[in-house]
Amino acid sequence: MPGDAIGARGDLRLTRITKSYGDFTAVDDLTLTIPKGSFFALLGPSGCGKTTTLRMVAGLEEPTVGSIHLGDTDITTTRPYQRPINTVFQNYALFPHLTIFENIAFGLRRRGIKDVKEQVDKVLTLVELPHLAERKPTQLSGGQQQRIALARAIVNRPALLLLDEPLGALDLKLRRQMQIELKWIQREVGLTFVHVTHDQEEAMTMADTIAVMNEGKIEQMGTPAHLYDNPQTAFVANFLGQSNLIKGKISGNDGDNLVIDLFGQKISMPKARSHAIDNSLYAGIRPEKFRITRTGSAARGNTLTGGRIEDVSYIGVSTQYVVAMPWGQELMVFEQNDDGVPPFNKGEEVVISWEPDFTFGLRGDEDIEAGTEVSPEEIQE
Amino acid sequence: MSITVPKVRVPYLLLFPGFAFLFTFFILPIFNLAQTSTQSPIVGGDTAQYEQTFAFSNYINAFVENREQFGRSFVYATLATIFALAISYPLAYAIAFKSGKFKNILLVLVVAPFFTSFLLRTIAWKQILGEEGFLVPTLRNLHLLGQQTTITSTSVAVVAGMTYNFLPFMTLPLYASLERIDPRTIEASGDLYANAITTFRRVTLPLSLPGVVAGTLLTFIPAAGDYVNAAILGSPNTKMIGNVIESRYFKIVDYPTAAALSFTLMVAILILVTLYIRKAGTEELV
Repeated sequence: MPGDAIGARGDLRLTRITKSYGDFTAVDDLTLTIPKGSFFALLGPSGCGKTTTLRMVAGLEEPTVGSIHLGDTDITTTRPYQRPINTVFQNYALFPHLTIFENIAFGLRRRGIKDVKEQVDKVLTLVELPHLAERKPTQLSGGQQQRIALARAIVNRPALLLLDEPLGALDLKLRRQMQIELKWIQREVGLTFVHVTHDQEEAMTMADTIAVMNEGKIEQMGTPAHLYDNPQTAFVANFLGQSNLIKGKISGNDGDNLVIDLFGQKISMPKARSHAIDNSLYAGIRPEKFRITRTGSAARGNTLTGGRIEDVSYIGVSTQYVVAMPWGQELMVFEQNDDGVPPFNKGEEVVISWEPDFTFGLRGDEDIEAGTEVSPEEIQE
Repeated sequence: MSITVPKVRVPYLLLFPGFAFLFTFFILPIFNLAQTSTQSPIVGGDTAQYEQTFAFSNYINAFVENREQFGRSFVYATLATIFALAISYPLAYAIAFKSGKFKNILLVLVVAPFFTSFLLRTIAWKQILGEEGFLVPTLRNLHLLGQQTTITSTSVAVVAGMTYNFLPFMTLPLYASLERIDPRTIEASGDLYANAITTFRRVTLPLSLPGVVAGTLLTFIPAAGDYVNAAILGSPNTKMIGNVIESRYFKIVDYPTAAALSFTLMVAILILVTLYIRKAGTEELV
C-alpha cells in the first residue's frame, strides 16, 4: 500500500531502472543499493542521468522500467508527498511568500504536527541561523538560503535526504566550507544522504561511497580512495583527477605481477589491478606517482627512459612537467617541491620511474579521451 | 553641435511629455468636471445653460435618484469579475504550466478578440444570445430554458457580455504571475508532504496573488463604469450607472448631475479598490 511508504526505513535499492524520453535513454538499466546511514554521491557530467536518477528516487519522475525499494517497501509509483524522502533542490526552491520559520515548518505542518516551534528552532540552531527565522528568503544570501534549504529538509527526519547539486550556486570558498559542514551535519543527524554532483572534488570530500555515472550507466562505484587509486575505465581515470594512459601489451607473468611491454620498454604491475580482457591494455599512472630523475642516475621500480622535459610549470607546492616520450606521447608529471632539488629545465633528458603497485590497467579497446573533454563550464546544468 | 543636459535634469525631461499630456487631458478636465458638478440651471435660461452655485445637493439628489443603478453596477461588476476569475485562472494555469510548445499560440488566442472592436463583439453577442442564435433553441430543446424565456435583455446577458469582454484583462496578469513561479517550488511542496490540493492552496495560489489582484482590478474597474454591455445586451431594467451618466450627458443634457454621478462613481471605486488592496496585502509580494 502506498500510504505505508511514509514509515519506510532501510537501504535504498534501485533495481534495473531505465528512464527513456522518446528515443533518448537518460538512465539505462541501473541497479544500485545505497546503504542506510551512508553519504552516497552520484558523480558524473551533465546529461549522464544522475539528476534523472535522483528525481525518480524523489518521485518527481517515474521509471520507464524497473523498481525502487526503500527497505522492504516498493516506492516505485508512490507519490512524492507519500515518500519519507526530502530534497535539497539545486536553486534551493525556498517558498518566497513564507518566512524562514514557515519554510522550515512546512513539512512538519503538512504531516499534521501542531507544535513545530521546538523542532524548527533546533534545526535553525544546527545550521547556525537562528536569528533569521522571521526573514523572507529573498533577504538571505546564497549561502544562507542553502542552509535553510537543508534545514527545511532535515527537520522532517526523512529516511533519505537527496541533494541535487546543492553547492553549485556558491562561490569556491563558501563551497569548501559548506562541504565540511554538510559532512558534519550528516554525521550529526545520522540520515542517509544521496548527493548528486558533477564536481569530483566535492564528491570526494563528502561521500563515503561514490558512483561515477556516464551515459545513463554506472561506470564504477567505491570509496573515493578506491576510485582514484584503481579506476576501472578510462572515463573514471580521467573524470576523477588526471591520468597518464600508455598503450601496451601484456607480454608475460611474473608471480602475482604482469609484465607489460610499453613501446619496447618492460614494466610490471599487479595482476589484480588489471581490468584488461585480452593482451592489449592501457597502463595508467597518476601524474603525482611519477618520479623524474636525470638520465644516468639510479631509479627504482618501473622505469621509462628517453623522456625529454617539454614544459615546466612551477606552482609553489609542486612543479608540473610535461615530458615527451620517444613514441610521441606527452606525459604529465607532478613533483612535490619538498626535496630541495632544483627543478628540471626544459629540454633535459630524463628517466621516469614509479612504484609498480601504483599502476592500473585498462582495457586496450578503451577510448582514452573519455571523461577528459568535460570542462567545468560545459557541465553547468 | 551637441546639446549637453546636466544629468540631474534627465529624469524630469523624460517625465515631461507624459506629465504634460496627463495635465492637459486628465487634470484639467477633472477640475472642469468638479466645477460642473456643483452648477445649477440658469433661471429663465435656455436648455443646457448652467451657472456655478456650489450646489452640493446635486450629489445627494443624483445619488438618491440612481441608487438602484449604482447598486446594480457594483453587483454586475462583481459578478463579472468572479466569473472572469473562475474562467481565467484554470486557463492561465494551463497556459503557464501545461501548454508546452503551444504557449505562444494560446496567448495570441487570448488577445485575439482585441483585433475586432469592443462594440462589434458585443453586438455579436446579441446574435449569439438572441432568438435566432444556436444557443437559445438548443437550451429550449433540452428543456434547460422555458419555451418563452429569452436571454437577451436580461441581467444574465449583461453579466455574460461583461465577463467575455474583460476576460483578457483577467487572463494576462494571471498568466504573468503564474509563469513567474519557479516550478521547483511546486515540486518542493510535493517533496515536503503536500498533496496537489494543499500545494495549490499553500504555494501556487499565494504566489499568484499579485496576478489575481491585478486581474480583478483590471476587470472590476472598467466593468463598474461600463455602459456598452448594458446598452446592447440589456433592457431598461438592467441599466447601470454608466448608462445613466451617458443619457444625462447626451440625451437630457443635464451636465451637473452627470458630472456628480461620474465623481461619485470614481470615488466609490477608489475607496473599494483601496480597501481591497489593503486586504489582499500584496505589497510584500514582489
